[in-house]
Amino acid sequence: MEAREKVFERMVHEHQDRIFALGFALTGNRHDAEEVAQDTFLRAYRALVTYPPERIRDLKQSAWLHRIALNVVRNRVRGVKPQLVELNGSEPDRSAGPEEDVMRRADMVALAARVAGLPPRFREAVVLHHVQELSYDEAAAALGQPVGTVKANVHRGLKLLRGGDDDNSQG
Amino acid sequence: MTTLRDDLKRLGSVKAPRGFADRLLAHVGMADSYARFNTVLGPVYVAWNRNGVSAAARMASAHEFEAWFRKDVGRQLAPAAAPPDLAEKITDELHGSRRLRFDLRGLTPFEQAVLRKTLEIPRGEVRPYGWIAREIGHPAAVRAVGSALANNPIPYFIPCHRVVRTDGKIGNYGGGGPDAKRSILTMEGVQLKRLEEFAHHGYRYEGVRTTRVFCLPTCYQGKAANERNVVRFHDEAEARAAGYRPCKHCRPAAA
Repeated sequence: MEAREKVFERMVHEHQDRIFALGFALTGNRHDAEEVAQDTFLRAYRALVTYPPERIRDLKQSAWLHRIALNVVRNRVRGVKPQLVELNGSEPDRSAGPEEDVMRRADMVALAARVAGLPPRFREAVVLHHVQELSYDEAAAALGQPVGTVKANVHRGLKLLRGGDDDNSQG
Repeated sequence: MTTLRDDLKRLGSVKAPRGFADRLLAHVGMADSYARFNTVLGPVYVAWNRNGVSAAARMASAHEFEAWFRKDVGRQLAPAAAPPDLAEKITDELHGSRRLRFDLRGLTPFEQAVLRKTLEIPRGEVRPYGWIAREIGHPAAVRAVGSALANNPIPYFIPCHRVVRTDGKIGNYGGGGPDAKRSILTMEGVQLKRLEEFAHHGYRYEGVRTTRVFCLPTCYQGKAANERNVVRFHDEAEARAAGYRPCKHCRPAAA
């Protein structure tokens, strides 16, 4: 149990930024991103305490957390919004983030909102491949889809983001 | 259009909000939460977790409290909104009713024994360091009792201020120095002047003529007596020789 908690603590510290960024790109705002990240790690924790040690050792943490986060987001937009725990004292973070160095914050939020506005299959593919920088193989594994499908969805998603393909909208 | 790809890449570099990991760990019970409470003692920072209240301190800032907690208690800590009933429980606790649960993990068994025994001292009363040592079965470990109390992570709540020196001096206090100790004891109704004068004359016990029972000073049994009927003893032998038995409440002497 002790060992598991250590694993979890390390996992949180190591992956919190990546999972938060994933939530941010998928939901389009920091508040929802934090809820998604919270719920992802809470689910991970609940799963972890039931896993035998070998399974924990062999766990590909990043891919695993990405899969959980995708499910969390899917469940939210499906309307069965899970009872996301309001962590005590959790407040939307309004402090300036380091990303301001490279991109104005407002632009960042605007872009995240545009990405979040994509239809789910394009959004997920674009976010995994271009935001999280997973390879097509990794993204396909996380999504449980064939590589070709992911490639097509990424391509299509980018096109939509550039605003060049509004005519035949995705059905 | 490379800029869109670059911008998307930058989107992936946003950081989780500050304190995110600590709040999460606190939620699953792997870190403590804390908040500032206004109490009869003024503002006090209190930390808690699933096992109970784990630390308390009067500090100038949250930053100072966090630094102290991480160093002294050695766990992670995150600011939090207090559970709805905690403020009330804290008030009750400091007024002497209701008991909070305390998390004393991380302390040695000896330190835990000292603090648990200290919890038994009623409000308005004091006990000597030697009394704690004897009660927990280490009669010679008086100094160690002093150290354990000095390291009490939850002062005010675990009333280490109610443990004083046998010679009547108030002794030092980890919760804010001797002056803080005096003011808290006074607030709790201990007559410090009387206590000090008593000890200064070399007395250790008070007996009551009508009951033939002797007590530690401040024991409520003794306090109820008419002052005319109070006799003073320098030591246990003197009290026993005069035909007095030890009080069963404050247990002034080994059975």
